[in-house]
Amino acid sequence: MTRYLVYRVLHALLVIWLVVTLVFFMLRAVPGDPFAAMLADVDPEAAEELRAKWGYDQPAYVQYYKWMINLVHGDLGNSVYGSNVPVTRILAEAFPRTMSLAFLAFSIALTISITAGIISAVKRRSFMDHAVTVIAFLGLSMPDFWVGILLIIVFAVRLGWLPAIGYKPMSEGFWAWFSHLILPAVAAGTPFAAIITRMTRSSMLEVLQTEYIKVARAKGLSEQRVIMVHAFKNALIPVVTVMGIAFALLMAGTVIVENVFAIKGLGRVLIQGILNRDYPVVQGAIMIVSVLFVFSNLVVDVLYTMIDPRIRFVEEQ
Amino acid sequence: MSEPIPAITPVARERVTSGGEIRERSKWQRLRILWLDKKAVVGLLVLLVMAVCALFAPQIAPYDPNKQTPVVLEPPSPAHLLGTDDLGRDLFSRIVYGSRVSLFVGISTVFVAAVVGIVLGLLSGYYGGWLDALIMRYIDLQWAFPNFIIAVYLVAVFGTGLGNVMVAVSLAFLDDFARIVRAMVLSLREQDFVMAARAMGASNFHIQRRHLLPNTVAPVIVQATVSVSYAILAEAGLSFLGLGVKPTTPTWGLILSDARTFFSRAWWLAVFPGLAIMITVLSINFVGDSLRDMLDVHETLIGK
Repeated sequence: MTRYLVYRVLHALLVIWLVVTLVFFMLRAVPGDPFAAMLADVDPEAAEELRAKWGYDQPAYVQYYKWMINLVHGDLGNSVYGSNVPVTRILAEAFPRTMSLAFLAFSIALTISITAGIISAVKRRSFMDHAVTVIAFLGLSMPDFWVGILLIIVFAVRLGWLPAIGYKPMSEGFWAWFSHLILPAVAAGTPFAAIITRMTRSSMLEVLQTEYIKVARAKGLSEQRVIMVHAFKNALIPVVTVMGIAFALLMAGTVIVENVFAIKGLGRVLIQGILNRDYPVVQGAIMIVSVLFVFSNLVVDVLYTMIDPRIRFVEEQ
Repeated sequence: MSEPIPAITPVARERVTSGGEIRERSKWQRLRILWLDKKAVVGLLVLLVMAVCALFAPQIAPYDPNKQTPVVLEPPSPAHLLGTDDLGRDLFSRIVYGSRVSLFVGISTVFVAAVVGIVLGLLSGYYGGWLDALIMRYIDLQWAFPNFIIAVYLVAVFGTGLGNVMVAVSLAFLDDFARIVRAMVLSLREQDFVMAARAMGASNFHIQRRHLLPNTVAPVIVQATVSVSYAILAEAGLSFLGLGVKPTTPTWGLILSDARTFFSRAWWLAVFPGLAIMITVLSINFVGDSLRDMLDVHETLIGK
């Protein structure tokens, strides 16, 4: 297990390094840079001056070498815009926001979808089952940013129950944090919930037809015990298989949903960086976003091997 | 990376009948499956309407989609079926014109992704060795991220604009196709009919074209359908974020983005473009589900 973990962590680091390196060189291979976007039309000489000041006039490999050296020292450079804030500070501020959003979205979506999936399978062909199936199908087809917009219109504008945009850290109180995050969390979690609901339902239906469920019932076990202990535990395995994909969709959702709700998380930082062609910010944001994805994949894989003992790692055999 | 390579079995074209005899489904039986599935029929009809809207947008749209009028932020009325926006432009006309970009981008990007992905998967699975290693390392790299995120990364590199968004979406979706085709080629390569062709002296190109590719068609069609719905969502998302088209081209994502400041006063600006996206994606998913049954592709393919 340790060997497997070490191998996977090294592999994850390799993937992140590759992404960051590819992005670094591709950014420089494509025509146009931050200063061309800012000044070239107006004042090519000033643009040239800025380029020299920021080291963008040097060959790409020299820039890369410097960037990597700084990275090792925990320095990701400064934003080329505004007051030239260090990228690490921007990311450090954004990171907890994105994590809060993802965590809340994950908790809500998982609770709802597993419950809905089980009820749907147990009460097959009931009104509840049909309703759950339809909602899950809709959930997969609605763009998450649109869900966010609809939630704002209903709960913030019409009903006035919740704030429409912004973010408050936990230190300002749980309710302030929660009330700002609940709408974006629901929006970002929708595709995740839809996938997990469908998977839980079909997996439960399959398990409920097996012999050992009949045996468990014949033994006289309570229906609750049959469903929760005997059926659900086994139905969970295929659900965890799609968990990786579903969670990736959730994280991708946070990128776009942050922009709807004006939460200055990693997604918003990344998009603003792209729109401004602010290279240091784009590089830093892509690195952190990649770390999140690669390591969440890793966690899902490890979880998977823990839940299903039949799966053993190739490396150990 | 995180997902095991989907173990797609060669398409089971046959069905075992009650007598234990194996019979291939005829073309008509397959079409019957599609016809009997009411969801799929509804989906196809909706898509047909969408396609007509896109093709005949100038005839169908009652107004010029970019014509600004003094009638601003008017709620839906007989004159303006879906209301007007902050510049007095007719929302219905804009959505009709928007279907052009959404459908065109969705279909063309997936087409490019499928062609490139199939070629990569075929080369990778057929020749193996260093070529396989090289291609698959890259595909694995993409596989570690959802397609939408790959598209955002690529837009970050190439810059914004419709052309760049299309290139980004095409590249972002090709890994799904490459993986499917490679997995199928790996299992087909060792089968008797391929061995026989090789023994008879068929060239590599002939084997690939005549024996391998036709057998990958079914899962590729199913994946392509799923991908188109995700590509439409991706384009809408990128446009919504302001990374896509120039502000004058009406697209569903951009109409939503433009309307952001007016949502509190004009609900129709928020509801209808989103509905257009949802209905399109839903219809494609309906058809995709049915195609999966029809073509007996058993894998649950979910776009990442």
